[in-house]
Formats: sequence, structure tokens, C-alpha cells
Amino acid sequence: MKKYIRIASGQGYWGDRFDAPLDQVKEGPIDYLVMDYLAEVTMSIMQKQKSRDPNLGYAKDFIPLMKQLLPLLVEKKVKLITNAGGVNPVGCMIAVRNIAEQMGYSGLKIAAVYGDDILNQLDPLIASGNEMKNMETGEPLQKIRRTVSSANVYFGARPVVKALEQGAQIIVTGRVTDTGISLAPMIHEFGWEWDDWNKLAAGVIGGHINECGAQASGGNFLAGWKEVPRMERIGFPIVEAYPDGSLIITKHESLGGLVSERTVKEQLVYELGNPAEYITPDVVADFTSIRLEQEAENRVRVYDIKGYPDTEFYKVSISYFDGYTCIGQLTYAWPEALEKAQKADDIIRKRIEYLGLTFDDIHTEYLGYNACHGSTAPPIKDPNEVVFLIGVRGHDKQMMQKFANEIVPLVLTGPPTVTGFGGGRPRVRDVIAYWPALLKKDTVSPKVLTIEVV
Amino acid sequence: MKIPLLKLAHARSGDKGDTANVGIIALKPEYYEILKEKVTVEKVKAHYGDMVKGKIERFEMPNIGAINFLLHNALGGGGTLTLKHDAQGKTYSTSFLRMEIEVDDNLQID
Repeated sequence: MKKYIRIASGQGYWGDRFDAPLDQVKEGPIDYLVMDYLAEVTMSIMQKQKSRDPNLGYAKDFIPLMKQLLPLLVEKKVKLITNAGGVNPVGCMIAVRNIAEQMGYSGLKIAAVYGDDILNQLDPLIASGNEMKNMETGEPLQKIRRTVSSANVYFGARPVVKALEQGAQIIVTGRVTDTGISLAPMIHEFGWEWDDWNKLAAGVIGGHINECGAQASGGNFLAGWKEVPRMERIGFPIVEAYPDGSLIITKHESLGGLVSERTVKEQLVYELGNPAEYITPDVVADFTSIRLEQEAENRVRVYDIKGYPDTEFYKVSISYFDGYTCIGQLTYAWPEALEKAQKADDIIRKRIEYLGLTFDDIHTEYLGYNACHGSTAPPIKDPNEVVFLIGVRGHDKQMMQKFANEIVPLVLTGPPTVTGFGGGRPRVRDVIAYWPALLKKDTVSPKVLTIEVV
Repeated sequence: MKIPLLKLAHARSGDKGDTANVGIIALKPEYYEILKEKVTVEKVKAHYGDMVKGKIERFEMPNIGAINFLLHNALGGGGTLTLKHDAQGKTYSTSFLRMEIEVDDNLQID
């Protein structure tokens, strides 16, 4: 057994810095590279792409990235685990296989983890008594069934471990949790049992630290962002995992960024619910057990982690169409910039009334004044400029378009010294809303397919 | 004396649907006790007023000197529904740290 393994985060979300994964492989020793691509909205977009072309439905820009990444992974014997497979992991695997074949990497094993996409099984699932009630509102899925555009179960580490056991070096998955892709290599390498809850929880916490990329290594760091070295080449985090379930959070020395107790703590609390019950498909991790210790520069030890048995449910991520939004903006300059923006708001609201438009929500903000901090922000006397933002949400597309048409006319009909209308009419956008639900684990099973490049 | 929390804590915030989470973290171990005593649910409710429309939950994490808050119905519907500029509640971290608390006049602050 290896004394430890190094699992590097290559991406915090789809659209993160493109050269980070390349740097992670090039700039120092790692054993695994993990990359998270998926958000709720992403699944819906990918489902739409797949409906137009059955070969698509995965993160398209993962393929050109693989052309650069694959030679490095092969040379350094680094394994890659990513959920870039979206709603078509098998299609993604084939696209990667084609590249690997062209580059002559015969013998390379590539795996797809799938079975999470339950869009076509929703009706039988509902019919057999799985209501998939919204976890926030308690309403049954049937209520919005017709507008559902994607439905995916969150799998944990299990199918990824299976792919590793089959010898895959590249693993593309569908909706596997962000934490599962970091946990899986630890289980595989150290032979952890599926009921060794403390160790599984340690892997999940390592995954939570990795899952947002540089947010654990100096990015978005409130307690000292000015002291973070070379943010233009920020080193993404590396979790050095040990068989006993302790971790060292670090980064490559040659890159910028910072790993300290403070940077790790900020990431630990990010998007956290009840810290004593961090629920994943594999284990319930207890964030109130974690101990931290700065062991050396850019090395933080994370240890003493506790975990508890997993629940009998998978979480399901369902997306559905829920109307439209449209947000318009104009910039007003000094003097009396705020008063002008407020007048513009008054005019737009009167126009909405005059035109007989109705919306589910109308919302105004004054950017540069208090859009971020609202009533907690102290007043500013006579700001130099204020951006007036007004948004509406509704289900009637014609009314949405009529609203969109009302913004730019204010330039010639409303308060003076107004600019920032270069974009013309604001766009009416579809709202793809999110329906979180639970599903009994025994109703779906993950699938793994491993192929070898010839 | 009255000081803003910013002097005693750092923070990060994010979203889960229409709920914003704010984790506040003591800058020094000795500040954690002050946070624990002074930053109550009632205090947070008063600080945010209408900005937080639902309930507020509070979870202590003495192991890392932090308190995690869940601010329900604080993101204008959340996710893709919201019309808020800060749709994911990313800036709730520092609006939270604007909160003023009463501390001992002799408290050492950097």
C-alpha cells in the first residue's frame, strides 16, 4: 500500500481557469486529478444538447482539453476522475477514446460511470410510489412533471471505485457527487471498508476542500486576500491522503496561492448546512469533529474526522422549466445619481401598470449604492454614479418582451445623464428551476463500462 | 465599546436554493467565546430585517472556532429564479460582518 496519495483539484466548476488542470499535472507529483463540471442548470443544458444530437450531452470543452492533458497524464501515470460526462458519459468516453486512439495510446483504459440519468424512468418511478417530493416545499414531482428537463441521481464513490478496480486511468462520470470523485481514490488505494465511517467521512471532507478549486488555496479569501501570492498562477489545492484517514491540504510550491488554516476554514464552511450532518451517498460526515493544524508553510493537517452511516436515499437533482426572467440596467451619473435612478424605477413601475403587465416578481437594485448589502449598508452621500437594475419574472413571454422594450426608451424620455445602454434591449431568459428530491437507493443502480484503446 | 464583527471574524457565504449560508470564523481562538455569546439568532434577525424573510438557523463549530448560519428565504427565490444581482449570496459574508457588537473596552484588537 502507498504511504499516501496526492489528489489534485483541477477545476472548481465548468468554466474555471483552463490551465489549472495542466499545471496540476506538470508542476509536481500527483496521483489523481479530479475535475468537477456539473451544476443543476448544466444538466438541463446538456439534456437539450443531447436531444438535438444523441452523441452530445457532455462538457464539450473537456474534449479539446483532453488533447493537451492526455499526454501529460500518460507520461506521469496520473489518473483522471471527472463528472464531465454530464448526461452522456458513454458518449464522452467514446470521444476521449477517439482522441487517445489518434494519439496512439493503445492499452489505455477509459471508463464511463452512468445510470444516474433517470429522466426516462420518471413515470414508472412515480407510478410505483416514488413521489420525489420537493425537499423544500414538500410538493410531489407530479405537479411539475410535464416541464421536467433533466433528472439525475447523485451517485457517490462506489461506481468510481469499481472503475478504478477495472484498471481505468480516465474515468468520466455522470452525476457523481463532487466529494465522491475525491473519496473514491482513497477507498481504492487504501482498501477502506464501506462501513469505516470515520475514514469515509475524511475522504468526503477532502473532497469538500477540493471541490471548489482555488477557493481552498487563496481564492475568494476574505481573511487576507492581499497577501495571497501570484493569483494569476494560483495553485489549486492538493489533498494528500493517508491510510489512517488524515489529510494534508497543500499545493504545488512552484505555483501561487496560499494554504493556511484560515483558507481551509473558509472553504470548510462554504455552502454548509448543519455541520454535524453533511449528508453524502456514502457517509454522513461530521464537520464539527474536524481538527486543523498548520504543519508547515502551505501544508495544513486535517484529522480526527468522524462519520456516521449513510442514509437509505439518494438525492435527486431535477430541473424544470419555470417561466422567464428579464433584467434591465441603466447607469446614472452625478449629481443626484441615486435620485435619478429612483425616478427611473418609479417611471418603469408606472409604465408596467399603464401597459397592464403583470409579473410574479419585480425587483429593483441600485448597483454601486447597496445592491450587495441592502439595508445593512450605510447610505452614501451623492455617489458618483449608480447603476439602476430592474428585473421581472413571469410566465407570459409576450409580457416579458414588452417589459424588455421599456428600458432603453428611458434614455430620451427619463432623467438626465444616463448611459450604459450599449447592449440594447435586455434579453428574456428561460428559467430552469431546480427540484431537489430523495429516492430510495434500491430503485436505481450505477453502471460502469471500461474500454481499452486499441 | 461597539465594534463591527469584521474586527473579530472572517467569513464565507454561499447558497443552497433560496437559503444563504454564512460561516463566520474567529480570527483568534479567544474571539470564539465572544462570537458565541454575542452573535445570537435574534441579533442576526435584527441586523438583516426584511432581507431575510424566513427562519434563521445557527450551528456552533467550536473545533474550528466558527458558527454557521442558515438564512432562509434570503435570496429572492434563489438559484435561477432570483432577480438579485448577488444571486448566490456570495456577499452575505461581509454584510454579516458589518454587524456591530458590544465588547469589553480592554479587548485587544489588531
